Amino acid sequence: MSLWRGIVAAAFAAATGIVAHAAAQGAPQPPPPAAQQQPPPPAGRGGQGRGGEPAVFPAQQRPPGDPALIERGKALFTVNCVACHGADLRGGVTGGPNLLRSPVVLTDEHGEQIIPIVHGARAERGMPALKLPDDDVVAIAEYIHSVLATAQRQGAPPATNAPIPNAIVGDAAAGQVYFNAKCASCHSPSGDLQGIATRLPEGKALQNFWISGGTFGGGGRRGRGAGSMEKKIPTANITFPGGERLDGMIVRMDNFLLTVRQGDGTLRTVRRDDPRIKIDIKEPLDAHRQLLGTLTDKDMHDVTAYLATLK
Amino acid sequence: MMLKKTLVTAALIVSPIVLLAQGKGIDPAQLTKPLADIWPTYNGDYTGKRFSKLTQINQTTVKNLTLAWSARFTGGSLAGGGRGQFGGGGLIVGGEGTGEYPVSTDVEIKASLLMVDGTLYLTSPDNAWAIDARDGRTLWHYFWKTRGGTHIATRGFGMWNDYLYMETPDNYLVSLEAKTGKERWHKVIADFSQQYFSTMAPIVVGNHVLAGTGNDLDMPGFLQSFDPDTGELQWKLYTVPMNPGDPGVETWPSLDAAQHGGAQPWLPGAYDPETHLYIFGTGNPTPAYTKGRGEGDNLFTGSLIAVNVDTGKMAWYYQTAPHDMHDWDSAQTPVIVDAPFKGRMRKLVMTAARNGYFFVLDRTTGEHLLTSKYGSSTNWVKTLDEKGRPMRIVEKDASVGGALVSPTAGGTVNWEPPAFNPLTGLFYVPERNGFQIFYLIDLDPRGSMGLGGIESANVGSAGSFLTALDYKTGNAAWRYKYTGNNGGGGGVLTTAGKLVFAGDGASNVVAHDALTGKALWHSRVGGVTNPPQTFMLDGRQYLIVAAGDTLWAFYLY
Repeated sequence: MSLWRGIVAAAFAAATGIVAHAAAQGAPQPPPPAAQQQPPPPAGRGGQGRGGEPAVFPAQQRPPGDPALIERGKALFTVNCVACHGADLRGGVTGGPNLLRSPVVLTDEHGEQIIPIVHGARAERGMPALKLPDDDVVAIAEYIHSVLATAQRQGAPPATNAPIPNAIVGDAAAGQVYFNAKCASCHSPSGDLQGIATRLPEGKALQNFWISGGTFGGGGRRGRGAGSMEKKIPTANITFPGGERLDGMIVRMDNFLLTVRQGDGTLRTVRRDDPRIKIDIKEPLDAHRQLLGTLTDKDMHDVTAYLATLK
Repeated sequence: MMLKKTLVTAALIVSPIVLLAQGKGIDPAQLTKPLADIWPTYNGDYTGKRFSKLTQINQTTVKNLTLAWSARFTGGSLAGGGRGQFGGGGLIVGGEGTGEYPVSTDVEIKASLLMVDGTLYLTSPDNAWAIDARDGRTLWHYFWKTRGGTHIATRGFGMWNDYLYMETPDNYLVSLEAKTGKERWHKVIADFSQQYFSTMAPIVVGNHVLAGTGNDLDMPGFLQSFDPDTGELQWKLYTVPMNPGDPGVETWPSLDAAQHGGAQPWLPGAYDPETHLYIFGTGNPTPAYTKGRGEGDNLFTGSLIAVNVDTGKMAWYYQTAPHDMHDWDSAQTPVIVDAPFKGRMRKLVMTAARNGYFFVLDRTTGEHLLTSKYGSSTNWVKTLDEKGRPMRIVEKDASVGGALVSPTAGGTVNWEPPAFNPLTGLFYVPERNGFQIFYLIDLDPRGSMGLGGIESANVGSAGSFLTALDYKTGNAAWRYKYTGNNGGGGGVLTTAGKLVFAGDGASNVVAHDALTGKALWHSRVGGVTNPPQTFMLDGRQYLIVAAGDTLWAFYLY
């Protein structure tokens, strides 16, 4: 069976030298992922979500407000609004709504929609009238808009300083048992995985790395088996009708053609649907891909906890 | 504001005629006919089958398909760019933007084209073209100066007589004269400041233009109907409860949560002329991945909804994704079929949802008839409830240590339309079996917002397929395995020539035997980005498909 799947594609993307060879032959690059409504995964906290992107919506497009006014508004907000709307504006313990997704806030320009509500327009819905002069409400509005401007893409809230939880939640001893039973035939804590937790100290990156068979999250250092991309690239042994044989790393493959890089660096493309050509494809990551369908989350967490001990 | 520029080209200097689209457009009554010579609405006809009665290209002749033409498209720019192919076409500029929003001239065609009167009508975000279907030449190019918004896609035009309708990313419904590309009017259809963005191909039914919305920021979804002549609003159906006592409000922890619950109808639905029901799917609940919406079903997210087009009232709903926790919209185009089911003829509607499950319902009542798992590696379902709804394994929600889930948030299928062939009785759908680890990083008991609160990683795949489902059993009659993980990208077309066309995710458009899946023909056009389509012109059956910014047309020589 000749199955070239996504993690392998990821390996290709990482193995830039090989891609360069393919380009030299004039072969088109692997296509982009299927066009989808689903955009890339949301950025994590830490403010990276807006990097380099145009200001898509009005909340981000508005020019920055007067810093002194915003500072005054923040102080007023802290005194008058935090109890109901929360210090992060995302709603408070007494049930005030999340202001960062409030249609009133989102359509407000400079407080004109907020002033009447602060003055009692929604008293029957639980928003008490506050005795604040209009210019104080304008300052509060400027502050709210300044926070809204830091919201991240795809509706995600602004980054916070809350610590990101530690993703290492498993039982390392149980993970070692699983490792010895299922992984040790290919991997070793004193060999390819030596120091893996030093190279990948962050739990999510470590877990993504080993689950994907080393193709996700980097972490490999040159010369370490676990991080070496070359060992993860599928290879083909090709036998032509005359008996000529050819071995090489697969550069590109679809259901009709196969391109390999030969030992001397040159590329060669053969038809996959020619019955006279025998093609034997080896996929180093098959075991990892099969694991995906059977692995429980507990075993995954346990093995990650075990690998986290391999400093 | 509209200003019209004429691109001065050698051709125009020699023969300074304005190029016009041809013909008289499409009478709304014609839209009820089965798909054949023309392609007058997003799915070809109202049923969503994407089944063409054309047979010139068939299992015997398909190997003789040859290139008729190809055409590459460049978007307009505020600098006055926009390239007419082969020296054709004027640029018409509209829009409410000030010109400050950065505009890319790159085009990625995800739309279905219309083909009426020998003219193709194409959209991409902020751009539209009329194209001579015989040679790919641009007849006119309309460019919309945007205010911004999520520019992820636009799915195409709707057409009523000789007028066209499209949505823009900054939430306008724009009507153009088909012949000239001249704008008739544009209307705001959703509030840009509330971070709506609009991608759907409007669907014309009688004297209604149906338009849906998109939004990632916890805003309510709605479907609207507009007058095709004036653009006036006829009705508006919210897809989440908006008022105390509204149906479904009890499935949310509060009215505020419901009003921020999402359920965007961002893809076209199917229409049943007999019952006047327009049946469409709704998107994910928000916040998508975290707490903040209780433990209820979160109606009417992840659902099929049938709405009467005359009244705008919901006739029935069926939820294919109760309390979704993985951003699995169920917005896919459903397919309407009259066919035997358990021994008697039924009026059916079918959908293959993004969450890996396939459903067959009675389309007049919403009665559930069948559920099956079509995503081979799908691993998040504990049980089907008494209504056949897949109920989730709660532990597969995003967690601190990570939940290994298949399919990915992108889904077993995404926006790509499926197809149904009455001659084979098979429902054809791309099937992608990716795995993603979902990590919860925001432990706030109030929940996050939008698509926030998690990190995730795509960690591998059990492969991608073109899958042919027997609607009577929900089982796969065959699965054709693609190389790579994105097979079927762009969507599916099937024909009375007993063929199925789809992109293979590896830069080929492929013609398959509809009975077995066997590949009979392919062409390396580049990564396919829209659904293959077909039409008849001058006695020749054409196949068209887009790869990025380029449209390819094939016929038999």
